[in-house]
Amino acid sequence: MPFKRKDLLGIRDLEVHEIEHILEVAFSLKEINTRAIKKVPTLRGKTVIHLFYEPSTRTRTSFDIAAKRLSADTYSVTASTSSIVKGETTLDTLKNLEAMKPDIFIIRHSASGTLQRLAQHTTASVVNAGDGMHEHPSQALLDMMTIKEHKNRLDGLTVLIVGDITHSRVARSNIWGLTKMGARVVVCGPATLIPPRLEAMGASVSLHLREVIPEADVIMMLRLQTERQQQMLLPSLREYAIYYGLDAEKLKKAKNDVLIMHPGPINRGVEISPEVADGPHSVILDQVTNGVAVRMALLYLLAQRQ
Amino acid sequence: MERETAANLLFRNARIIDPAQGLDGRADVLVLDGRLTEIGAHLQISADWQAEVPEIDLGGKWIVPGLLDMHVHLREPGEEYKETIATGTASATGGGFVAVACMPNTHPVNDCAAVTEFIIERARAQGSCRVFPVGAISRGLAGESLAEFGELREAGAVAVSDDGRAVLNSLLMRRALEYARAFDLPVISHAEDLNLSRGGLMNEGSVSTMLGLRGIPNAAEEVMVARDLLLAELTHSRLHIAHVSTAGSVQLIRQAKQRGIAVTAETAPQYFTLTEDDLATFDTVYKVNPPLRSSGDVEAIKLGLADGTIDAIATDHAPHSTLEKDTEFEFAANGMIGLESAVPLILSLIREGVLSPLEAIAKLTCNPATILGLPLGAMLPRMPADLTILDPEETYVLDCSTFRSKSRNCPFHGKNMQGRVLMTLAEGRVAFTRMTDKGLTQTNTHTSRKP
Ligand SMILES: [Zn+2]
Repeated sequence: MPFKRKDLLGIRDLEVHEIEHILEVAFSLKEINTRAIKKVPTLRGKTVIHLFYEPSTRTRTSFDIAAKRLSADTYSVTASTSSIVKGETTLDTLKNLEAMKPDIFIIRHSASGTLQRLAQHTTASVVNAGDGMHEHPSQALLDMMTIKEHKNRLDGLTVLIVGDITHSRVARSNIWGLTKMGARVVVCGPATLIPPRLEAMGASVSLHLREVIPEADVIMMLRLQTERQQQMLLPSLREYAIYYGLDAEKLKKAKNDVLIMHPGPINRGVEISPEVADGPHSVILDQVTNGVAVRMALLYLLAQRQ
Repeated sequence: MERETAANLLFRNARIIDPAQGLDGRADVLVLDGRLTEIGAHLQISADWQAEVPEIDLGGKWIVPGLLDMHVHLREPGEEYKETIATGTASATGGGFVAVACMPNTHPVNDCAAVTEFIIERARAQGSCRVFPVGAISRGLAGESLAEFGELREAGAVAVSDDGRAVLNSLLMRRALEYARAFDLPVISHAEDLNLSRGGLMNEGSVSTMLGLRGIPNAAEEVMVARDLLLAELTHSRLHIAHVSTAGSVQLIRQAKQRGIAVTAETAPQYFTLTEDDLATFDTVYKVNPPLRSSGDVEAIKLGLADGTIDAIATDHAPHSTLEKDTEFEFAANGMIGLESAVPLILSLIREGVLSPLEAIAKLTCNPATILGLPLGAMLPRMPADLTILDPEETYVLDCSTFRSKSRNCPFHGKNMQGRVLMTLAEGRVAFTRMTDKGLTQTNTHTSRKP
């Protein structure tokens, strides 16, 4: 089944069958990553440009490995962005790169919604590698793939997302994706880090981690940016860890087959204790492995359209 | 720039709507030598004038007192690439306005007589209509010390405001309200708690949550509305709340009026027409401050207009170039232009049954004139004619490329509109027309002015 879209900008726009299709392709491509020769010629002659306006090691590396394993030529551009009115704009940069005829842009930007605008100005495909607090679709897809790999389904599961929901594009993309796929999403964190009217996205909210842990089939811990203390959002990391950090003691109340996930990079001892991060329920490194497969699937499907 | 000559015109079969005099009925209107000479049935022109006075049969189209916009940003001095006094006033007359009050957040700030005088002089020399400057409350809009209200008033300022920024310091706001009394200047409050709104890009609610844009809660406005109402009560001074956008503000102002506080309020067409849902595509044309709110707020604004809690409709015309708007949503400037789209949007309130024609026109004429103490907004004989001629029925697709404003940040571009300004007579001169002498043929909007 061909993929009809030019761009992958967010999970919110995707239909259930499209998510299923991406995950199927990702599962089938995953095997390539275990071969001795980890390369197939599928994207030979295609040009992929990584355009990153925000520092990123893992997402960019993951996309880059995915593109190279499919034999695409990849180039990386790190740019900066500012609110200064005059000077080269993000759009100027994109159009300059566009003039070099790439097939796919993989873009990360610190401002929500930027990719929506950029995608309208290029005939190349645009993949959102994270825009502000808005969406991070490839992360949600790899999370769904990881859950499906371990649980064989998404439908009917309860997924608990814990931490700074307000500032998290990972949380938003996962809420859209998981609820579309029939999972129940509960978010938990201090009220200062829960955005208003979140129930409109289909998630329910708890302020008490201990109370909701027993319901969870999956617990997804989010990274806490330590500067949230300065923004009057938290009194201290110490108190955050006590109420919202996942440690072995809190995990005792969880289901026996609970999965522990984290999009990384983790703050050991803040949102997750080392024994939980490295413990038997943790699938954090599976997420990283599946990230390459999901990104291969996205590049393959978008290139196929062309 | 050459002024248009004084108009001689006889309008037949007009619907006259003059809320200042409670008039709503059919009549002819005669303008001779730029003066509103006579309003009545079947007017006759004396033989010596007949050859010089073209007759226009309006067939029931409306003549209303020339409209007054009490809240615009003309950007001159300092940001002439966005708008000038010449283009901003041309935009005003193109939208049916015969006078505008301009906010002081120019560069330099209008916080002294020299800048006020410059604006008035420039408007006299190059403007398409009158400009009434609003002086700053605080020097440099810095929110620290009072500007010289007496000197501003003598130079021609009609009110004071730090519009664009709130006066965060409650003591300074108290002193401004007190000090303004001696000069009979209303104090216009841009009500925004800058701590509560910090970093905010749109209304706080389900849409901001979904889009991942930082929100500005209704409370950011309402906290300051409540504070300023209490300070107006304390000081017995005249307070005007600019661009009311929330249901809570409407309720606070309604209660304050019931308590007898001397408060007036305005809203802008976007706050009864658009909602936060319009931001779904991250289109920066919808980025404005205060932000577009929820549909519940829109309904409350309409109720506030209907029951008189909100006295005036002003556009908050805020021109920006593509430099400020064609950028990331987070970095884009707040503001939309409004002068040339206001009339059809306000007429839609009449069609919806929110306002009667008299009430709607009052909010654009005699009400803002009373708030600012200006001798405008009524169709008085023998005075220089300030008239706006409207077709309330005409339907068309709004095309902002035809606007006389220098900027194009109009959210209504390409939208279906009903109701249009046909002619603006400002101080007895045809400052804008779509009519020819023979009737209602469309004309180039620029023909009324020589370059
Ligand atoms: Zn303002």
